[in-house]
Amino acid sequence: MSTPLRIEGELTIYRAAELKGTLLAAVAEHETLDIDLSAVTEFDTAGVQLLLLAKRAAAARRHTLRLVGHSTPVIDVFELLDLSNHFGDPIVLHA
Amino acid sequence: MNMDDALATFFAESRELLEQMESSLLAIGQENDTAETVGAIFRAAHTIKGSAGLFGLDDVVNFTHAVESVLDQVRDGRLPVDEPMVALLLACGDHMGALIDAIENNPDQRDEALIARGAPLTERLRAYLGTTVVASTDPQVPFERIGASTCDKDLWHISVRFGADVLRNGMDPLSFIRYLSTLGTVTGIVTLADALPDADAMDPESNYLGFEIAFRSQAEKAVIEGVFDFVLDDCTLNILPPNSRTADYIELISSMPEESARLGEMLVRCGSLTAKELTAALLAQEQLHPEVPIGSILVERGSVSAPVVAAALEKQKRVKEHKAQESQSIRVDAEKLDQLINMIGELIIASAGANVIARRARSTELQECHSTLSDLVERVRDSALQLRMVKIGATFNRFQRVVHDVSREIGKDIALIVNGEDTELDKTVVEKIGDPLTHLVRNAMDHGIDSPELRVQRGKPARGTVSLNAYHDSGSIVIEVGDDGGGLHREKILAKAIERGLVDPGRVLSDAEICALIFEPGFSTADEVTNLSGRGVGMDVVKRNITALRGSVDIASQPGVGTTVTVRLPLTLAIINGFQVGVGKSVFVVPLDMVDECVEFTADQGHDYTDLRGQVLPFIRLRDLFEVPGTAGTRQNIVVVKHAGQKFGLVVDTLMGEAQTVIKPLSSMFAQVKGISGSSILGTGDVALILDVPALMQEAQFPVSHTPQLA
Repeated sequence: MSTPLRIEGELTIYRAAELKGTLLAAVAEHETLDIDLSAVTEFDTAGVQLLLLAKRAAAARRHTLRLVGHSTPVIDVFELLDLSNHFGDPIVLHA
Repeated sequence: MNMDDALATFFAESRELLEQMESSLLAIGQENDTAETVGAIFRAAHTIKGSAGLFGLDDVVNFTHAVESVLDQVRDGRLPVDEPMVALLLACGDHMGALIDAIENNPDQRDEALIARGAPLTERLRAYLGTTVVASTDPQVPFERIGASTCDKDLWHISVRFGADVLRNGMDPLSFIRYLSTLGTVTGIVTLADALPDADAMDPESNYLGFEIAFRSQAEKAVIEGVFDFVLDDCTLNILPPNSRTADYIELISSMPEESARLGEMLVRCGSLTAKELTAALLAQEQLHPEVPIGSILVERGSVSAPVVAAALEKQKRVKEHKAQESQSIRVDAEKLDQLINMIGELIIASAGANVIARRARSTELQECHSTLSDLVERVRDSALQLRMVKIGATFNRFQRVVHDVSREIGKDIALIVNGEDTELDKTVVEKIGDPLTHLVRNAMDHGIDSPELRVQRGKPARGTVSLNAYHDSGSIVIEVGDDGGGLHREKILAKAIERGLVDPGRVLSDAEICALIFEPGFSTADEVTNLSGRGVGMDVVKRNITALRGSVDIASQPGVGTTVTVRLPLTLAIINGFQVGVGKSVFVVPLDMVDECVEFTADQGHDYTDLRGQVLPFIRLRDLFEVPGTAGTRQNIVVVKHAGQKFGLVVDTLMGEAQTVIKPLSSMFAQVKGISGSSILGTGDVALILDVPALMQEAQFPVSHTPQLA
């Protein structure tokens, strides 16, 4: 069973330092981790970097990291930077 | 990295590139295959232009652009690399250096006069380009374009690496890309996270991302560039216009910072081919030719042209080599090194203080402990000083240029022979020795080397030789500047010296003494000196500069055979091994490398020499020289010191032994004091004076002529 980690509010430079620890700890702890992004209200380059880092950290431990429930701000950025393929998680578009 | 730091890096790098450019230019004359060298010169000019553009240094960009255009033609074999071309490019390199210097020294003001000086050079460059106008007005050469048929007409390629601080400065790279989309369509984008470090090292508030963007737009280049205006100082931006030439893509590949990037990805990033084409090629490679590298498949399928692949492969190879080199050396601020040396100096003084107390306390344990400690301190000192040591080769190589230029200027055919480039010496010394050496080399060429006709007459090869040689000798470095010219004219020098009142008429001087005369101030300022075929112009300045480095300079000359100027310099300026001697209550330090032996004082009354195993040894009584109060004890000693192959003695009261000595400069108030080169602080907190052995030696040998009286 996978354990979801839910990120709420901003995933930006303002919380980057705090979230880096949280994300890396969660990646290290769970073999399969779902990160729920549905409650992310703002998303910037710092946020992108954190997700890239987490993905890489997971790969290094042969853990699985999935991003689920991308919120609109996240989808916007992923499209802008063409990152969906990099993460490879299905994105559910909002109606 | 803030703007100033980045600029400082730019200045340093540009200078290095200019140096490379210069040595490559000078190498052209000596090589058969010049293609690679010309390529290196072109890359240097191109990189300088690119970086200067990044900082908005338009004057540098404009001038360098003309240079680059000519080099481009040379590289394509459309212009010859002959002597005038090399000379012109050397001059251009100098001008670029001058422009960069001017900006560094006075960033806010354009040096109009300097820029105007570049105009004639630009004219001459244009003249070269003018001859090839026919070629360049041809319709665009199709095979130089990449994918002209498959690429969109308005497809730009933008390559951008944002600096680490953009996020902290409140700017989000995303917003620039969003803004970019308002000017056209982003048709493809690759997010580069290669620079993202390991989890531990990653600073979540720094930016590590870069982007390769394929962008369709009708906008002008300036408009697209304007998008990144706010971060221009803080990012690396390359914009390739639609249908760029192969060379531009190759340049982009070479300039990319990423290291581990695979070839295929690089090509995608460059916009040379699409991700789809790459995937297809990868598939083909797996299925059909597992052993054939991807590069050749792409070429085979016509996806990219061969030169692009070659450049990418070369880049990969270079990255690997570069990495190997990088791990071997690091760049450190010279100031940090100086700080370290200073701290170690203080450490030595403190350690000497601890030693004094340990002895006073008569605690064996403490003394033992301290002896281990001082051993370590000594080793730390040695390795710290070693850090400052640089090879003299770089300085020597600069003279290839000087010789090249001057020999053209004065119309003599002169070669420079360099020996001992690997000899190491203190960085400060290297920096300060450049000017005096230039002077000596110029003098050797101008006055030393005789005219070709005279040379043939004397049975010497028509081509003159100036040699630079460096080696270590008892704690100092010796640099020799030699020539195979006519030698000094003793009679003329002596006549001149008598005329100027430097020497009393009728005095008999040795050859060495006569040669030494040309270092006298006043000798060089005479109007007719240039009529003398001997040296003399500014030699007193050379001597003063070298003496200021605690060094000495000698000259040896053989008529018709040549002249050699020998410069001796201390290896380091900061800390030396010293030998402490006492006179009365004062302590003096002699550099240990110069101490030969110590003997008991014996002398005939009233004479200033003694018998050292059958040889005459002149000596100086330090008590008299420095007017130390009190009378000498019954047992005095002579310290025999050796310098430049000669010996003399110093009469002292007591021998106190070896000690590390941190040299502290004397204030300029004491500049006139002869025989003292610096001061040092002892473990007890007292001040000891460091003896200037070369100056004392003069005192011992020529007690009269050492202060010339003007008539």
